[in-house]
Amino acid sequence: MTRTLWLGLLLVALIAAPLAIYPVLLMSILCFVIFASSFNLLLGYAGLLCFGHAMFFGTAAYVAGYLLKTYGVSVEVALIAGTLLSAAMGYVVGIISVRRSGIQFAMITLAISQFVYFLLLQAEFTGGEDGMQRIPRSTLFGIFDVSDHMAFYYVTLTVAVLAVAFFYRVVHSPFGEILRAIRDNEPRVESLGFRPERYKILAMTLSAGLAGLAGALKAMVFQFATLTDVSWPISAEVILMTLLGGLGTLTGPMLGAGIVILMNDELAQFGEWALIAQGVILLLVIIFFRRGVVGELSALWRRLRPSPDQNQDRG
Amino acid sequence: MENSTATAGDYALEARGLSKSFGSFYAVKDVDLKVRRGTIHALIGPNGAGKTTCFNLLTKTLTPTAGQVIYEGRDITGLRTAQVAKLGLVRSFQISATFPHLTCLENVRVALQSNHGKSFRFWSPLSAIRSLDPRAVELLEQVGLADAAHLQATELSYGKKRALEIATTLALDPKVMLLDEPTAGMGHEDLEPITELIRQVSAGRTILIVEHNLSVVSSLCERITVLQHGELLTEGTYDEVSNNEDVITAYMGGVDAL
Repeated sequence: MTRTLWLGLLLVALIAAPLAIYPVLLMSILCFVIFASSFNLLLGYAGLLCFGHAMFFGTAAYVAGYLLKTYGVSVEVALIAGTLLSAAMGYVVGIISVRRSGIQFAMITLAISQFVYFLLLQAEFTGGEDGMQRIPRSTLFGIFDVSDHMAFYYVTLTVAVLAVAFFYRVVHSPFGEILRAIRDNEPRVESLGFRPERYKILAMTLSAGLAGLAGALKAMVFQFATLTDVSWPISAEVILMTLLGGLGTLTGPMLGAGIVILMNDELAQFGEWALIAQGVILLLVIIFFRRGVVGELSALWRRLRPSPDQNQDRG
Repeated sequence: MENSTATAGDYALEARGLSKSFGSFYAVKDVDLKVRRGTIHALIGPNGAGKTTCFNLLTKTLTPTAGQVIYEGRDITGLRTAQVAKLGLVRSFQISATFPHLTCLENVRVALQSNHGKSFRFWSPLSAIRSLDPRAVELLEQVGLADAAHLQATELSYGKKRALEIATTLALDPKVMLLDEPTAGMGHEDLEPITELIRQVSAGRTILIVEHNLSVVSSLCERITVLQHGELLTEGTYDEVSNNEDVITAYMGGVDAL
């Protein structure tokens, strides 16, 4: 009951937010909330550490941008196309990488993402080093004009809410239960008659699809797509968001996304010192707050309330 | 059923000339093993005798270099772990094999999902598998964990983790259970309940057990196979085996235990 109330209040706050805060900053946070959730699905719930998650994000950004620029498709078509293409990519990457685990899986995904990076660098349609500029925000459903930031904020908010709801559903589904079991003890899952690699491939597909949705949305928010979106720093940033917010908690990585984006925004004025500050913060989190912000908070909450509450945010 | 003259059809699990070599080293060499249906059969031997390798070959965790594994008259040598599990041949692990961050109920429900056909449904809410909960609770009751249904497995004591593991295995309703050192690392206070539990779940099942603790073996098992240096040393009842000169020599320091 109280949870519904809190969610309601959060939604109201999000609806009112652009009156007080610059909408583009808010939209940027929302894109990364989706992206961090997609990464959390893999690492937090399937135990797969993907070092190249930006490939799904950046490729979808280019694809959505290309469709909008060249064919003038409507907003939702570009979003769906970016999502599906990234999901297909995730499926292929899954087939290649999922038999390996731990650091091997991480290295294979990193290698593939570097390959994708150079492919997009060389490709004609991406604009190479210059990136893809002036992506138009066409109409929504072919009717509604969403070209101004305020209007597009509500599109972004709707997409983000749907994406988070989808993420929640996957995690709390029969499939999600098997996935968490695989994360905890893969050989045991196999001994119970499952083929773990099939579940991991599906998790890769779903996660990549969500990452693609985030990337396509981001291309529309900023109205450009660049090589940065596919690059290693973006892959690293989503890892930072997840660890900072709290690995394996439902909301942690979303909060982490917000913190990192706001931090980048604040620190931007210090130039390259921003990166150093980011590094120091990550270091502090790893040393002192192993469970991330949400993980530490819910641990504190549990300690303060002796009677355990079943509704807590648990992996 | 006749007990004295067993025919091929009386065996639930058989190994024929089973070998596993790593380079020139034979961990298991030419082992023949027959586990009669409905019995508890022990696989014992001194450290390094190849018990665990042999066990892993039977459960398809390892692929044999030579020989065959026959389950219910069917050659399963080429099948995967997941496939033989579906056929009813399910293993446990030496180290406690629970899902630590899942509740006990979820632990058992994962196994129940194996034959439920909804395990790829990422779009369904958990209510789609709530129908499995009564059965899961029943299994937890059977192993004495009814009170712990909503505790995470990681919070359980060692002995209770093993009980949870057995409940999870039972969820598949296996015909043959392979238990890898079920009492390993267990304190005295846990030994008796686990032994009793294994005896209880053996009803209507065949169990092959790798075990160090010989008092557990003597109280549970009808047939005992002794391995040494990866080869079959002898097979028989506990009395036959414990009076066998070769076995006593093989165990040396373990004479007292026998």
